[in-house]
Amino acid sequence: MSLSVANLHVSYGRIKALHGISFQIEEGEIVCIIGANGAGKSTTLRAVSRLVPVETGSQMSYRDKNLLEYPADKVVSELGISHVPEGRRLFDNLTVMENLQLATFARKDKAQIEQDIQRVFTIFERLEERQSQKAGTLSGGEQQMLAVGRAYMSGRKVMLLDEPSMGLAPVLMLSMFEALKEINQEGTTILLVEQNARLALQFAQRGYVLENGNIVLEGSSAALLADPEVKKAYLGG
Amino acid sequence: MAVFLQNLINALQWGSFYALIALGYSMVYSILMLFNFAHGDIFMVGAYIGFGVSTALVALTAMGAFALPNWLILVLTILFSMFLTSFVGMIVERVGYRPLRDAPRASAAITGLMIGIILETGNLALLGAQRISFPPLIRTATYDLGGVYVTNKKIMIVVVSLGLALALHQFIRRTRWGMAIRAMAFDYVVVPLMGVPLNKMAALTFGLGSALAAAAGILFGVAYPVLDPYMGILIGWKAFVAAILGGRGSILGATLAGFLMGFIEIFVAMVFPSTLRDLIAYSIILLILVFRPHGFFGEPYSARLRL
Repeated sequence: MSLSVANLHVSYGRIKALHGISFQIEEGEIVCIIGANGAGKSTTLRAVSRLVPVETGSQMSYRDKNLLEYPADKVVSELGISHVPEGRRLFDNLTVMENLQLATFARKDKAQIEQDIQRVFTIFERLEERQSQKAGTLSGGEQQMLAVGRAYMSGRKVMLLDEPSMGLAPVLMLSMFEALKEINQEGTTILLVEQNARLALQFAQRGYVLENGNIVLEGSSAALLADPEVKKAYLGG
Repeated sequence: MAVFLQNLINALQWGSFYALIALGYSMVYSILMLFNFAHGDIFMVGAYIGFGVSTALVALTAMGAFALPNWLILVLTILFSMFLTSFVGMIVERVGYRPLRDAPRASAAITGLMIGIILETGNLALLGAQRISFPPLIRTATYDLGGVYVTNKKIMIVVVSLGLALALHQFIRRTRWGMAIRAMAFDYVVVPLMGVPLNKMAALTFGLGSALAAAAGILFGVAYPVLDPYMGILIGWKAFVAAILGGRGSILGATLAGFLMGFIEIFVAMVFPSTLRDLIAYSIILLILVFRPHGFFGEPYSARLRL
């Protein structure tokens, strides 16, 4: 078992966002969590990344290490779990190259960093052309490439992706998922949350359906795509 | 013209103090979104630490432990006091601000005021109420440049201040720590996702700001050698104004605004009676802020988002 989450409870003040959800991801898998706006998808990723506090009783582990013992920066730098946040959250005031370099803040393996940057530029060729531009000047598609590239640099045993399709034209969306597939084939486990359920389920091997902070359904992508409830609620009939 | 140049030199000296202190305010604000209202008192603590270090070095030299020329004692005093005061800043962050990082901003502001009072009264308790004199390390030499009188102290103060501001600028431009500071200034919430430890960044920023305040305190002691525990209050507030005027979080802005405030104060005093100096000077600055509420280099709106 790679990433294991059990009984995860998260609240924002008095509003409960997650009501004790559980899920597991195997090494090398692509798993998606689909759900409507406000279902708790982003909260789930933030909890795994230790950006939001979880309530007592919540259990999260990665390769038998207790995630709750790691602060957010160590989840990335020691466990290799990176996170592409909702809305990309690039550092607009830094260049493309600086965004990639910042993501290696805690890394010491200089030679490998250099190789990884070249790898990012191979996956996303546009970024190489734009490397000395400020991130704020990139187009939406390029920004998403940089957000993924940055996560790739920070740690890539597991990559948590929050709506990578958001705001992208269909063509860009497909090439983004092609790139993610490539990254996965190099050995990165992927946990993806998406509102675009069809796209997510075509990409992932398994999925969970999140509703109002509860996981209501889980199964292989094929099973979920064929499920009448999922069809009705998330795939437009 | 000679009068103008004479005042310009004085303005540069005062501007140096404001700029060095303002940098600390500005940096801490830019990465943690809080104003460290104890910062003026850290300037005071820095001056006292400078007093202690220089007195000790002078005494050791007098005892024949080593033979240091006075200028070297001053350099060592500045460096060593910056180093020591940076720990004072880091302790203030650790004890006063870190536990309140997720508390309402008003609580953190009040913490700053309280830490300030603790530093002032703590100093009073430790050293008593008498004012102490900074050891005269360099003898004042006055140069006559065509009717304009410049002292070696003033030149040193301006050069050291500009040098430190420039060094900070380079640090922020060129190092990976500096890169992280710039990133945090833009969006500190997601910075941990880059593997950057927030606590270390907070400590670093407080340390750097406090070191600069210590340098300002020692330079101040060189120019005005009488120290007292409340010396940091007014100058701290004025530097805070400079940090706002420069645009929150802008290094260049804080430096320029610090010097600008020096100019406004000195030139107001050139025209009006000196008792009216601050009244008029700060009315002018208020007017500038009315027309440029985000300061010179501030963002018109906060780019930062919450989760």
